[in-house]
Amino acid sequence: MFENLSDRLERIYKKLKGRGVLKEADVDEALREIRVALIEADVSLPVIKDFLAPVREKSIGQEVMKSLTPGHQMVKIVNDELTVLIGDEFQDIQFASRPPTVILMAGLQGSGKTTTVGKLAKRFKEKGKSCLLVPADVYRPAAIEQLHVLGRDLDIAVYEGGDEKDPIAICKKALDNATEKMSQVVIIDTAGRQQVDEELMEELKRIKETVQPHEVLFVADAMMGQQSAEIAKTFNDAVGIDGVILTKMDGDARGGAALSIKSITGKPIRFVGMGEKLDALEPFHPDRIVSRILGMGDVMSLVEKAEENFEREEQEELQKKFKANAFTLEDFRDQLKQIQKMGSMEQLLGMIPGAGKLKGLKVDNKAFVQIEAIINSMTPRERARHNIINASRKRRIAQGSGTKVNDINKLLKQFAQMQKMMKKVSRGGGLNFGSLMGGGGFMGR
Amino acid sequence: MEEMEQTGEEAKTGFFARLKSGLQKTRSSLAGGIENIVQGKAKVGPELLEELEETLLIADVGMETTEFILEDLKKDVAQNRLRENDEVLKHLKGRMIEVLSQNKKPIEFNANKPLVILMVGINGSGKTTTIGKLAQKWKQEGKKVLLAAGDTFRAAAIDQLQVWAERAGINCISQKSGADPSAVAYDAVQAAVARNMDVVLIDTAGRLQTNQNLMEELKKVKRVIGKVLPGAPHETLLVLDATLGQNSISQAKLFHEALDLDGFVMTKLDGTAKGGVLLNLSGELKLPVHFIGVGEKADDLQAFDSETFVDALIST
Repeated sequence: MFENLSDRLERIYKKLKGRGVLKEADVDEALREIRVALIEADVSLPVIKDFLAPVREKSIGQEVMKSLTPGHQMVKIVNDELTVLIGDEFQDIQFASRPPTVILMAGLQGSGKTTTVGKLAKRFKEKGKSCLLVPADVYRPAAIEQLHVLGRDLDIAVYEGGDEKDPIAICKKALDNATEKMSQVVIIDTAGRQQVDEELMEELKRIKETVQPHEVLFVADAMMGQQSAEIAKTFNDAVGIDGVILTKMDGDARGGAALSIKSITGKPIRFVGMGEKLDALEPFHPDRIVSRILGMGDVMSLVEKAEENFEREEQEELQKKFKANAFTLEDFRDQLKQIQKMGSMEQLLGMIPGAGKLKGLKVDNKAFVQIEAIINSMTPRERARHNIINASRKRRIAQGSGTKVNDINKLLKQFAQMQKMMKKVSRGGGLNFGSLMGGGGFMGR
Repeated sequence: MEEMEQTGEEAKTGFFARLKSGLQKTRSSLAGGIENIVQGKAKVGPELLEELEETLLIADVGMETTEFILEDLKKDVAQNRLRENDEVLKHLKGRMIEVLSQNKKPIEFNANKPLVILMVGINGSGKTTTIGKLAQKWKQEGKKVLLAAGDTFRAAAIDQLQVWAERAGINCISQKSGADPSAVAYDAVQAAVARNMDVVLIDTAGRLQTNQNLMEELKKVKRVIGKVLPGAPHETLLVLDATLGQNSISQAKLFHEALDLDGFVMTKLDGTAKGGVLLNLSGELKLPVHFIGVGEKADDLQAFDSETFVDALIST
């Protein structure tokens, strides 16, 4: 899921990050592109509007425009807002202090309520809870039979309502039955309904009043279109929902419904259906989903880490050096140390958008140690003016650092390339340490 | 069973009224938006286009198609020097009808006997219900209808189809749950030939279009049908859920790739869902839309008519 949205965002981000200066027009262009990406992911239009307004406001603020890396800053703002939209942590269903915990399922036709009842029951059973499933969908042909089949397969009790055709009576008797049986969890399957069907909505309300559920779960198809926000709102207004389960997430759904429903109801998405088998129900971790949507590992942490570890003055000092073309091997060694402070290279690479796709790219942390050793074996004069390093000096440095002359040559060549690149970067205005790390060629051995 | 009783009384309300009432919400949203624009003082400028864009997007028409339609409309406006908003609307409607009706092709009963229809789609799109409704409709029209319970995967799907068969008073070929759907289809087509049926409707298990193994299974079902009766299935219909968004495009493309579809059925148009995605599908895949489901009752499944559809969507 979300792959498509993440691809789109990644392209927009790439463009943004390439900018040293961010004008209001640039922000608006990026916002337009984000809007299109969200529309194509089926996020409801009103939700998109609510989402983009604060992003714009923050992005054109002084802090962003004046920062050294405005593009990165804007990406961070988008990501932060996305996190606000989706929520942060997985929120499981809470069991009632006095059993049974009563769960009421609601949703449109074909959203997958009955199958999800089976999946939930399996999950509870594995946690050692005794369940009773209640078939209250008296309308769809064989819906009751479907729940009985699921109960048989899972070896979980299903309430036997006989010929009773009134869903409220079924629920009432089923609750008595659950108390008798000392069931710990009762899951009530209701008929699918169209949001415009007031009669059925009324019935759902009456069922809720009768059973006083601890949890009303809204089951929704992850592929829902523009109506998802409105539909979720209708259900929430009519019966009040406590959580959401999104089904059919295992396809190529772009997942906009997730954003819309969460945004409009404020209720957490608890689980997602990831397949046809009864164990294909996964907890929904919004934080992980955000990084999935962004398809990038985790730019936020990267930006934060960079902010933590690269002191602003140091950055500015460095930038001056770049401009004066006075960047020396000694500065380079300091830079490497700072980068190393941020964590292992694999970890850092994982946070760079797109780098996750370069599977099999091995990064050797030892490479840094070697480079450091080589630089340490140089005299201060050599570090300041690498041009003076001749063949005899190279032999001495190689011996001192336990490397070969070839390694020294490689380092000097790469350093020269890097200096060239630095000049370009500094002309661009910002210190783009992404390209500094990625383009330097030091890790790509 | 309740449904049956209700349908008896209301059966003759008429297609037009039923479709319109079914699409009431749709209309008030899509057309309401446009009507407001039309009645207002908006000139054919960026504001009008922006409003139109929004209205189309909310109807699930999708970004690409919306842009395409609006570009087209802009040209139309310039070429024909349209000044009045209702003229603009008329042109818009005309273009939409054109797109939706270009692939029109009726289902041929007479050319094939039995007419074999294979119903496919994702989980919960409404395949079984559509089959049930079609069976009832055609039975009432005096046709000899046979059903095949090809969804051997989902719990109680076979029972669900059998209930529909009982209601309509027709036969349903089935095997036990978990059986090979190809075998069910084979039996059903053979039985339809032997019993001189007019039409056989074959249900299949819902599957996401990205599940390659299950798509392969469907291909096999189609192949096997063709072996029993060369040329069959005559209609492989994809059932689309109108409440879904742009994913319907992926569904249509991948199902078409795998099965070479003959047309669409769109269900659940009785809600606030608008099914605007049909504009994209008609334009890109050049396949006809045969039926739409506008309500839950048996005769709420109606033949698709682009003019009525667009008229109901954007009435002035």
